[in-house]
Amino acid sequence: MGAVGQSLKRREDPALVKGQGKYTDDLTLPGMTHAVIVRSPYAHAKINGIDASAALATEGVLAVYTGQDIADSEIGGVVPVGWLLPNLVTPPHPILAIDTVRYAGDGVAVVVAEDRYVARDAADLVEVDYEPLDAVTDVLAALEEGAPQLYPEAPGNVAFDWDLGDKEKTDAAFEAAHTQVAVDLRNNRLIPHAIEPRACLASFDPLSGELTLRLTSQNPHVHRLLMSLASLNLPEHKMRIIAPEVGGGFGSKIHHYPDEAIVSWCSMQLGRPVKWVATRSETNLTDAHGRDHASHAEIALDKGGRITGVRVLTRAAMGAYLSTFAPSVPTYLYGTLLSGQYDIPAIHVRTLGVFTTTTPVDAYRGAGRPEATFVIERLVDLAARTRGEDPAEFRRRNFVPPDQFPYQTQVALAYDSGNYEPALDKALEISGYAELRAEQNRRRESGEGKLLGIGLSSFIEACGLAPSQVVGALGAQAGLYESAKVRVHPTGSVTVYTGSSAHGQGHETTFAQIVSDRLGVDVDQVEVVHGDTGQVQFGMGTYGSRSAAVGGSAIAVSTDKVVAKAKKIAAHLLEAAEEDIVFENGQFHVAGVPSRSQGWGDVVLQAYLAHNIPDGIEPGLEETSFYNPSNFTYPFGSHVAVVEIDRDTGEVDLVRYIAVDDVGNEINPMIVAGQVHGGLAQGIGQALWENAVYDDNGQLLTATLLDYAVPRAHKLPSFELGRTVTPCPHNPLGVKGVGEAGSIASPAAVTNAVVDALAPFGVTHLDMPLTAEKVWRAMQNGSS
Amino acid sequence: MFPAPFEYYRAGSVDEALALLGQHEDAKLLAGGHSLLPMMKLRLALPPAVIDIGRLAELRGIEVSGGRLHIGSLVTHGEVATSEVVRQHAPVLAEAAAHIGDPQVRHKGTVGGNIAHADPASDLPAVLRALGATVHLRGAGGSRSAAADDFFVGLLETLLEEHEILTGVELPVAGPGHGGAYLKVEHPASGYAVVGAAAVVTLSGDSCTSCRLCFNGVSATPHDATGVSSLVGGDLGDDAIASALDGLRIEDPLSDLHASGEYRVHLAKVYGRRALQQARDRAAGG
Repeated sequence: MGAVGQSLKRREDPALVKGQGKYTDDLTLPGMTHAVIVRSPYAHAKINGIDASAALATEGVLAVYTGQDIADSEIGGVVPVGWLLPNLVTPPHPILAIDTVRYAGDGVAVVVAEDRYVARDAADLVEVDYEPLDAVTDVLAALEEGAPQLYPEAPGNVAFDWDLGDKEKTDAAFEAAHTQVAVDLRNNRLIPHAIEPRACLASFDPLSGELTLRLTSQNPHVHRLLMSLASLNLPEHKMRIIAPEVGGGFGSKIHHYPDEAIVSWCSMQLGRPVKWVATRSETNLTDAHGRDHASHAEIALDKGGRITGVRVLTRAAMGAYLSTFAPSVPTYLYGTLLSGQYDIPAIHVRTLGVFTTTTPVDAYRGAGRPEATFVIERLVDLAARTRGEDPAEFRRRNFVPPDQFPYQTQVALAYDSGNYEPALDKALEISGYAELRAEQNRRRESGEGKLLGIGLSSFIEACGLAPSQVVGALGAQAGLYESAKVRVHPTGSVTVYTGSSAHGQGHETTFAQIVSDRLGVDVDQVEVVHGDTGQVQFGMGTYGSRSAAVGGSAIAVSTDKVVAKAKKIAAHLLEAAEEDIVFENGQFHVAGVPSRSQGWGDVVLQAYLAHNIPDGIEPGLEETSFYNPSNFTYPFGSHVAVVEIDRDTGEVDLVRYIAVDDVGNEINPMIVAGQVHGGLAQGIGQALWENAVYDDNGQLLTATLLDYAVPRAHKLPSFELGRTVTPCPHNPLGVKGVGEAGSIASPAAVTNAVVDALAPFGVTHLDMPLTAEKVWRAMQNGSS
Repeated sequence: MFPAPFEYYRAGSVDEALALLGQHEDAKLLAGGHSLLPMMKLRLALPPAVIDIGRLAELRGIEVSGGRLHIGSLVTHGEVATSEVVRQHAPVLAEAAAHIGDPQVRHKGTVGGNIAHADPASDLPAVLRALGATVHLRGAGGSRSAAADDFFVGLLETLLEEHEILTGVELPVAGPGHGGAYLKVEHPASGYAVVGAAAVVTLSGDSCTSCRLCFNGVSATPHDATGVSSLVGGDLGDDAIASALDGLRIEDPLSDLHASGEYRVHLAKVYGRRALQQARDRAAGG
């Protein structure tokens, strides 16, 4: 049995669990200095002047730089937007604010000192003369007439006005509808909370002109590209970016933040290494936040309960600046998913991107797809309820049937494969759905025990980002292929160089499994190198559940190229025709004559000795591929959440959670389960606890873990997982990706469960997070 | 993350700590560090000097003498939660200590530090009031004691004078018919008490001979629900408990993003009732 499909333990873990992983802040370079970034306490203000004299006079302080210093230098000094939409307003985003700050946390100066404590103390001595301006933090308030304006070039604070789908056809579907249901809903703003704060360590060598930057990055090559093009303007061959151990990202370490450019520039100025590590509060203030939508969503039904149309208007907060991929998240990663698992003949979605004086918003685990799933799964639940119908039956009737794949949705995507009903059936079976409903009725009739709620979420995601031509046509300023180099060493062991830079996913294990499986070499004979532009040829990085489907496929293709070359050499050694050579279990043999064989090691050694290889074949054995997927992948599944609600207090207990996911083939089922668990925790966290809250002055009230409620293990039930397997038809591994599934499905499942529990009170919708007080008030209002 | 500069002194005795307190204006005492250090790292506290009393053996120890349970101020929450002596003589205190923070916090944080800090949402203050505890203080001029009922005077404010050290607490030991319960609604972010209800009752046969109910988290100081004294002499039945709590009024309840004042008062009624019921059942030997 090959290595693929085995739950091998993660080779990454022994070092990490023993505290021996080397993260950016664990690294020290000779002559290293420390930077602290002075950040605006105001959400919106003019800068009338900066006096750094007291800070500069502090012993141990080496320099204080401001936005003006950077503007006066030769570097570009701005962070770019990596995804352009039609008519997108792209105000410049200087790496340090020059004359205006636009959110509490915006950088205004940087202090570099011999040690961290001095730098931190001196930061307090930088006197900034602010002239406060009005803040606007709510996405709907920012669109109101008379709202404070962030940019003259973005009147009404609108960054973009985008739509997808056939509006006329959709409007007509609503006019002809037998039943319509509408809901106004919010998708709450989230703070990513990777365990490791963002950090960087820049070291510029004035003699060679080379910058080495250790950075908490999900995609070092993308960072290098963006820094070379826009913020630093160093040529790429003079920049090496290394992602050491990276302690989680959830999207927050995709983006190019000002901080790494500021710190790199400081090192270039001083000729010494400069380290910067965000504090936890700073992380919460400046890591790109997620979600923050306000939507009006409608669904149209015919008499028989078939969905005839979906119409959505979404106002999506962008925050103060357009972060790296921000414009793509509430548009192409969101609107395209509004068909869900359903056959819907007419869909129209319009999204307004809105500037607010808040931390920028960008991709966060799921990135657009949890928001879309929340809209469509709330709508189908409301539709079922309006019809007085079981939500499972309503879903079943409207699923895209298995014989309709590939299925072209009304919102651009072509689903390559799918089989939705078996996943729903399995989830219902594991949950004991009928018995749960019976118990719910018993409790409702008796008025005894806690309120019971059962929520479904049948979700789809488009991941495995992405076909480069498609995303290019949609505005991406990069392709979304992935590269892999497979280098076979003379003695037969293998090093893989992948552009999928891991930050907790276990690539070193799963990618080795792919190679081991295809070459028949022991998994321990395969080393995986990632996260270093100095070693890896190129890479688009790890996000969007793309690593297995795109990065893994690149490795498979390179490995297959290696096998193809080795077969030529084996044929030569065996004096047989190349097409007659069979490679299995690490042996090359002539078809039908297993005894005429050469071992893997013999063929590899011969490739390097080159004493006896076919004419026209170069010595050596290593192959590189750039794998460009032909489509997205479409993982799907059905989840069931079971909640109990305290009738006296509104406290919600999630008592069971059943997740049936179809992620295609699984390389390492244990890692798949781990990804599902983590995603569920984050999605359940969004549903029940997490919320980034600003006051009217634009102060983030949830800047520390005392106020921002991340999910805790003891609040979560033991998850009940199931799976169906519908392999991806268009990549060599048949894998689809699993990194985001849990966070995409679960907010809707939990919310549907809570609303279901509260149905007797007349409650039809509650916005997340579903706090005890919110639920209690809903019961008070509903019952009064 | 990085505190402002401060001087650090380690005291070898309570007397030395008192002397250091006298010499350094606005100095702060450091015991387990779990209230002080986070505030210093966020620069919400900027003490010019920190006096470490964390290793003073004379402030450790749990013992029973003269019918009273004595707990030194440096005893950790973990020790209180797991102490057989505390579990026997003041079980509700052990129960409350087990609710504090997480294992790491409980193994560093101290009883004295907790109550001297007087965070309104921490778990011990209401329990100490409900148990009728006494707090021992020592200053350069000598020692004094205060009832827990008097000790907490405001938000993060106690009777402790600037140059005094909290040396321990003393409690009556649980007698026959004693029952206590601590029920807590955890703040989803901090884990502190949104409401912590501490109920302590004594039953003689079916008759209630003493009854106290105090709350953490609802007001600036632990709230004493004096109305439950009406239950004394009765049978502590569910209906009696419910009606005793109907009239619960709490002035200026605390409020934050997760729970408004109105909701906290509602929670106090619900959890106060449940805590009294559980204390009663335990007193009855249930």
